[in-house]
Amino acid sequence: MGIIIILSLILIGIVVVQIARITELAGKLRGEEEAMMDSNRRNGAYMLLFVVGFLIFCVISAMYYKNWMLGYGPHISASEHGVALDGLFDTTLFFTGIVFVVTQILLFWYSYKYQYKPGRKVLFLAHDTRLEVFWTAIPAAVMCFLVVKGLIVWNEAMADTNDEYIEIEAMGQQFNWLIRYPGTDNRLGERNYKLFTASNPFGQDWTDTKNLDDFHPSEIVLPKGKKVRVRITSKDVLHNFDLPHFRVKMDAIPGLPTYFVFTPTTTTEEYRERLKTTPEYQALSDPDDPGSPMLWEAFNYELACAELCGKGHYSMKRVVKIVEQDEYEAWAALQQEQAWYPNNVKGKDEDPFKEMNAAKEKKMELETRRKNFMESINNAINATEAKDRMFKLDYVKYQTGSALLADESSDELDNLVQALTDFPNLRLELAGHTDNIGNPANNQALSQKRAESVYTYLTGKGIASNRLTAVGYGDTQPIESNDNEEGRRKNRRTEARITSN
Amino acid sequence: MATKSVLAPEDILIEELGYEDHFHEHHEDDKYRSNFFSTYIFSMDHKMIAKQFLVTGIFWAIIGAGMSIIFRLQLGFPEENMAWIKPLLGKWIVVNDAGIGSLAPEFYYALVTMHGTILVFFVLTAGLSGTFSNLLIPLQIGARDMASPMLNMMSYWFFFLAGLIMFLSLFLSTGPFSGGWTAYPPLSALPQASDGSAGGMTMWVVSLAFFVVSVLLGGINYITTVLNMRTKGMTMWRLPLTIWAFFVTAILGLLSFPVLLSGLLLTMCDRGLGTSFYLSEIFIGGQALDHVGGSPILYQHLFWFLGHPEVYIIILPAMGLVSEVMSVHARKPIFGYKAMVYSILAIGFLSFIVWAHHMFMSGVNPFISNFFVIFTLIIAVPSAVKVFNWITTLYGGNIRFTSAMLFSIGFVSMFISGGLTGIFLGNSAIDIQMHDTYFVVAHFHIVMGIAAFFGMFAGIYNWFPKMYGRFMNETLGKIHFWGTLIGSYAIFWPLHYLGMAGVPRRYYRFDSFDTFSHFATLNKFVTIAAIVVFALQILFVINFFYSIYKGKKMTTRNPWKANTLEWTTPIDTGHGNWPGKIPTVHRWAYDYGKDGKDFISQIKPLEEGEVEVH
Repeated sequence: MGIIIILSLILIGIVVVQIARITELAGKLRGEEEAMMDSNRRNGAYMLLFVVGFLIFCVISAMYYKNWMLGYGPHISASEHGVALDGLFDTTLFFTGIVFVVTQILLFWYSYKYQYKPGRKVLFLAHDTRLEVFWTAIPAAVMCFLVVKGLIVWNEAMADTNDEYIEIEAMGQQFNWLIRYPGTDNRLGERNYKLFTASNPFGQDWTDTKNLDDFHPSEIVLPKGKKVRVRITSKDVLHNFDLPHFRVKMDAIPGLPTYFVFTPTTTTEEYRERLKTTPEYQALSDPDDPGSPMLWEAFNYELACAELCGKGHYSMKRVVKIVEQDEYEAWAALQQEQAWYPNNVKGKDEDPFKEMNAAKEKKMELETRRKNFMESINNAINATEAKDRMFKLDYVKYQTGSALLADESSDELDNLVQALTDFPNLRLELAGHTDNIGNPANNQALSQKRAESVYTYLTGKGIASNRLTAVGYGDTQPIESNDNEEGRRKNRRTEARITSN
Repeated sequence: MATKSVLAPEDILIEELGYEDHFHEHHEDDKYRSNFFSTYIFSMDHKMIAKQFLVTGIFWAIIGAGMSIIFRLQLGFPEENMAWIKPLLGKWIVVNDAGIGSLAPEFYYALVTMHGTILVFFVLTAGLSGTFSNLLIPLQIGARDMASPMLNMMSYWFFFLAGLIMFLSLFLSTGPFSGGWTAYPPLSALPQASDGSAGGMTMWVVSLAFFVVSVLLGGINYITTVLNMRTKGMTMWRLPLTIWAFFVTAILGLLSFPVLLSGLLLTMCDRGLGTSFYLSEIFIGGQALDHVGGSPILYQHLFWFLGHPEVYIIILPAMGLVSEVMSVHARKPIFGYKAMVYSILAIGFLSFIVWAHHMFMSGVNPFISNFFVIFTLIIAVPSAVKVFNWITTLYGGNIRFTSAMLFSIGFVSMFISGGLTGIFLGNSAIDIQMHDTYFVVAHFHIVMGIAAFFGMFAGIYNWFPKMYGRFMNETLGKIHFWGTLIGSYAIFWPLHYLGMAGVPRRYYRFDSFDTFSHFATLNKFVTIAAIVVFALQILFVINFFYSIYKGKKMTTRNPWKANTLEWTTPIDTGHGNWPGKIPTVHRWAYDYGKDGKDFISQIKPLEEGEVEVH
């Protein structure tokens, strides 16, 4: 293969050199002057042919690609500011088009017309101030017009906004875009580039509560007619947030957030309708699958990257959908359930609220216990049958094999102190029970000591000692079978029996 | 020298009116051309240095354009098997299990980057301005050589060194630099961001540093020579437009290239010394970098402070060459000489205050863009004046369609087409949509790529006899011209439509986006056109080298019947350019068709009663 290419190149070279030699010899034979005249005539004719052919090529190719022209046919802007931009493009095309056609025609026409003729007297025209002023003033005036018009469009398109808007963030990274929505509070939370981890793709600072409801959808969905402010950021190198259908483009810069404000005016559905009659979109979206939708049916707006960012630059695509307001709200509500923090961070090591939340839960748990405990005391006081005039101290625990109270027991005992204060006539028998493991005498002694520990705690809190008695029952009054651990656990208990009230 | 047997009429005139500077009494010829090395390699003769720049430029043009063919193949035929090119590109062609080879994306980006760097700096700056400033400045102003032949020689060898380093970087295992010819950080500053930003970027910066040295050495020389070494009678207003163009070009280079160098220096500090000029809050490769507080936009300001004047550094010499060639071959004075000079000066001045129009969408304050829009569109005015003047130069002329003249006409056509699209892009509001799309690619390739090449070709065909004492083959030249004119429009015109549809540049393939995937036919067409145009340039190269040895010999010293001084030198122009005295100048360079005379050389004194044009 390589040899064939090299050989054919050499062959072409030889042919070319031969052509060169032959034309030179032919020139010599026919006389230099005549050969020159001949060639001149031919090239003069080519001048005319070229300019005609060139202008036809321009027109035909423009017709052929008309559906891709900016601001024409289906390719009109899908955003509010884009319409003015397309208009400016058309205005510029109008002026430059005239200049283009006139100057190209004059250039090649004059070349043809003033080709060499022996003895032609040339026009000695060195300068003409009036002409120079004329063709300095005309372009200057046109440029002024275009500048003024252009700057009006520019400053409106680039203005930041104080109106009501939806703010979203697009962050470029090698090689995709990540999208963040502000969630129900409508505000994007703070970020810090040192916080990037696999479970924190945006580097969000979770201590900023504005972050807690932010969600990260896989595509951009926006309501029609609502102003959007895109905060554009980058994680690594430069990227560019490019939405060609909306005339939106802005670099994403690490360490320097930029923005673009725009208002979508055409829903995806409406744009598809527009493409329904466009010849370029009348093919199957997947040529190999006859069942696939037509191109226009499968059309979606797209987000691309327009700043070289490395070897995957060409693949940074996200789908963009513009929908009606109610559809947007439904989508946002659904996405809200997928909000990043509650689903991926909460309760994990990186959650700064982990301890705070745990304390909060503990408090709620204790409150529930207190309520239930007070209710059981009330029930016991109001009970008519003697066996019901008692209540269990479920959360009073002892250190293993010992009568010493476990620390956590104080919560329940403090509740009991409160109850004894609330009901000043209440007198109780504090009853200790064990399971049947071990020596019954030892069990009895342990239960007696445990009941006394409770007694000591309560009297220590200022409850009169004559209101309390401590009795150890050992393993004599099981409430469950002692044959299994579950039963034995329930039998190891402390109870309070109401002796009078 | 007066003892020479046959004196040409020019020699007689120079002997009569010329200025005796006792140059040849010093016998410097021996010093300059004593052996092979001092004649052909380390030559200090401006004419030889010009040829060295030209041949090196041609070498780089083949490499740079060849790269574009490879990446155009990828864009036009993304599914095609590229395994056949593996012997050349090695691991950059990835062959899958089915035996289908495809271009690696990272190498695609390396090709795009190198194509831009090589063409902009090595071909259209060094190859164009280096060649013709060196050749024509001393010859056309009536000087024996450059102000400092030594610096001039060093200018070439620094360029050579720059090229050598860039060439070697192509063979790095991580590949050459691949972050675009603009080398924006952080991509260019972080080896983690791209393979090409490792050793490739370091070599790219070192190469460009040497290149800047070359431009500065050349530029200071051109400026000094034009200001101080004009012969008697050669006032500034009698300079040919070529010299005005080279002069302003050299000033632009001198003022802007150091800014690029400082920008690149700061990049190297960020890369190697842990500074944060351009870097801030970056998380890359699973790691948060320590750099905080820098701004990538600062680099863009520094880069484009060179980058924009640079496009005029490229186009002004082409404009100068075209003005001269057009006047000579239309047998008419250039229309509006002073307007042409003033527009060159205006363009030169304005080129320094429009740089941020490359950055409308870069995150600079949109308010600032207002000023840059105004100045950018103002620059269209002097450009338009030049176009109107060129067209009027043709009006009423007696045009000889030499290859040089054809390329000059082609230049004007390209400059119109590419210049007009600049009015779209310079207006920031339209740039929102057009920025970094194929519309931009089409615009600058036509206006400063193809147009500058056309200017360069016009110059080569026109001054080839002065350089080598022989003519290039005209038939091949005309095939070259018509093919390139039609082919270039075929390549770049359709790209405007891609741009309008919003297709971004620098995409390895388009099929992941629905919006960008509708142009497979167009891309194939463009690729085929590019291959044809490339083949035509090979034709030119063959013609060039063939003609050096076998071209038609020059028999008279002024074959184009031109007025400028270079054509008063002997056919085999020796060191010091004129064998005897230096000619003195008595009129401007454009007395064509005056008082019924076909042409009047600048060395001819005014006749009695003759009114000088300027």
